[in-house]
Amino acid sequence: MKKTVMAHGSGGTQTAALIAEVFAKHLSNPFLDKMEDAAVLPLQGPCVFSTDSFVVDPVIFPGGDIGKLAVCGTVNDLLCMGATPRWLSAGFILEEGLPFDLLEEIARSMKSAADEAGIVIAAADTKVVEGNGGLFINTSGIGTLGRRAPIRANGGQPGDAVLVSGHLGDHHACILSRRLAIENGIRSDCAILSPLLSVLRRNKINIHAMRDITRGGLATVLNELCLASGVRCRLEEDLIPTSPEVAAFCGILGLDPLYMGNEGKLLLFVPEDQAEMAVNALRRTEAGLHAVKIGNLLAEDPLLPARARVLIQTRLGGQRPVDSLSGEGLPRIC
Amino acid sequence: MTTKAILDDLREWTGPDLRIMEVCGTHTAAIMQSGLRSLLPTGITLISGPGCPVCITPAAYVDKAVELAMRPNYRLYAFGDMLKVKGTDKSLSDAKADGGHVRFVYSPLDLLGFAEKEPQFTHVFAAVGFETTAPIYGMLVKKAYEKGLPNLEILTALRTILPALELILESGDPIDAFLAPGHVSAIIGSAGYSDLAQRYQRPFSVAGFSPEHILYAIWQLAHAVRNGRHDVCNLYPGVVHQEGNLKALALLDDVFESGPSAWRGIGILPGSGLFLRNKYAAFDAGSHGLDADPPPNPACRCTDVILGRIHPTACPLFGTICTPGCAQGPCMVSAEGACGIWHRFRGE
Repeated sequence: MKKTVMAHGSGGTQTAALIAEVFAKHLSNPFLDKMEDAAVLPLQGPCVFSTDSFVVDPVIFPGGDIGKLAVCGTVNDLLCMGATPRWLSAGFILEEGLPFDLLEEIARSMKSAADEAGIVIAAADTKVVEGNGGLFINTSGIGTLGRRAPIRANGGQPGDAVLVSGHLGDHHACILSRRLAIENGIRSDCAILSPLLSVLRRNKINIHAMRDITRGGLATVLNELCLASGVRCRLEEDLIPTSPEVAAFCGILGLDPLYMGNEGKLLLFVPEDQAEMAVNALRRTEAGLHAVKIGNLLAEDPLLPARARVLIQTRLGGQRPVDSLSGEGLPRIC
Repeated sequence: MTTKAILDDLREWTGPDLRIMEVCGTHTAAIMQSGLRSLLPTGITLISGPGCPVCITPAAYVDKAVELAMRPNYRLYAFGDMLKVKGTDKSLSDAKADGGHVRFVYSPLDLLGFAEKEPQFTHVFAAVGFETTAPIYGMLVKKAYEKGLPNLEILTALRTILPALELILESGDPIDAFLAPGHVSAIIGSAGYSDLAQRYQRPFSVAGFSPEHILYAIWQLAHAVRNGRHDVCNLYPGVVHQEGNLKALALLDDVFESGPSAWRGIGILPGSGLFLRNKYAAFDAGSHGLDADPPPNPACRCTDVILGRIHPTACPLFGTICTPGCAQGPCMVSAEGACGIWHRFRGE
């Protein structure tokens, strides 16, 4: 089996061979094919720009792989700002001993995710470091706003409905299962969020704020958005969606789905009178099948402690605050 | 009785004022998660008890585990919670960062495979826990013995819960009733508490972990105290039998013997530790005498928290100097520790 060796990062003939055999072969497009030092982009109007690095272990998991994740992660960040994803760069750090077959599979997967998102991988780079067959990817992306204003984190208003686009914790539970060699059917929800945003736009939903639910889980992302918007939030425990399999998995391991990351789920603040329409629209998409309203935003109350910004009404009728994730979560989930 | 009827009844509670200890960290977490405290009348207070194995493991034990992890021919394994607890100087996470081989696993039995696959290393599991997890370690050692694996060991810090409860009752702290730990009870049986209940005239209730279950147990305990009863009530009969899990108890008896052991912040309690019997001594990674326990931050009040004397929030370090990201004491480190749980769900 052919594997990467240090010479593949030397910049010489082996590097050229690696590029030809893997990256040029699978990622080919008019920007990359020029093999120049930099891509020339026809930028017009305001843009958004984002970067993210991907270190997930294992690199291939049910529902995705590090390549798909590296495209989805950056694309979703651009989408959540209200932009149209346009150009992506991809930096690969390969450890020696990485099988070419695996790298090809990941490159193919990146290409397919990029095509789905309508984004062009316009720049790429490879380095090889000592190690044991590992692989890390950085992607940076540019999206254009056209005449739309960007969607900022501070747009939530008291009374807004709080929506999530589906089951919590799928990606996190999937990676943890693989890491612990626990056999189950849990798949990562790793996905491009474009279809969700298209239906929301088509239904003229006025999105006040949104973010994809990644590391730190819903609890952390919700606290961030509420803090930025200067609002509080009350959720109904009964309404928070988890799949039965992830719920059971969390029960056994003592995990809280509120703090578990996804890679294809949205948190949205929308006007209350549009909540039902938004939920129905989301449910017409594959990734939004289990979309649901989970609560509402409330006005800031200076008398309450800051950590009680997000409150949950429990099934029993009690109430508890939901803080951001504190300490470390599971490492290397994305 | 419905949950609503129980809540209504408790809302009209006229006394006496009660302090009920939930012994087990999983109960503490379920109580916090369900917001149950906010539903109880002011006269009923829930006190978190000593049921977090990580919190009561002395520093000397962590030091030994770190020392083993740093040996080039050793592989050390633990449950996730154990990695963050500091010994005198370092935690297992620190040892890992220093190049030690530390890995967290879900099942200790995985070590059987590792030991066969990598015979050049000695594979050690950091066997920390109460009666709940002890049978799994017992099974691991027994299987290693049967397979004749020379390179598998466990470093034990195994504790039994009854001596700690006795200490609490003996110390005169006013605990009126006990919510007995569901998982431990599944092994030792509900009858395990009968002696304490009789001698100290306190009711015990064995309950599962759903909020409704815990609520029912609290209601049952409150009425037991009001009516002067001090029996052991098993509300978890699907899982807990009066006599316990006989197979697990036989396994424990075969593999372990009890002896004095140190509890972090409390000291040495006679008969509260489980150690490998002579027959299995070859599988012990050096578990005896790991009692030393240099005081953490002098202001840390983990001992009082573990013994139920104070709520975590009464510690001057809580939430200021001591947070899960920068824990000063073991109660904040562990996900099952009272301070860690209170910090996660604080703000009530």
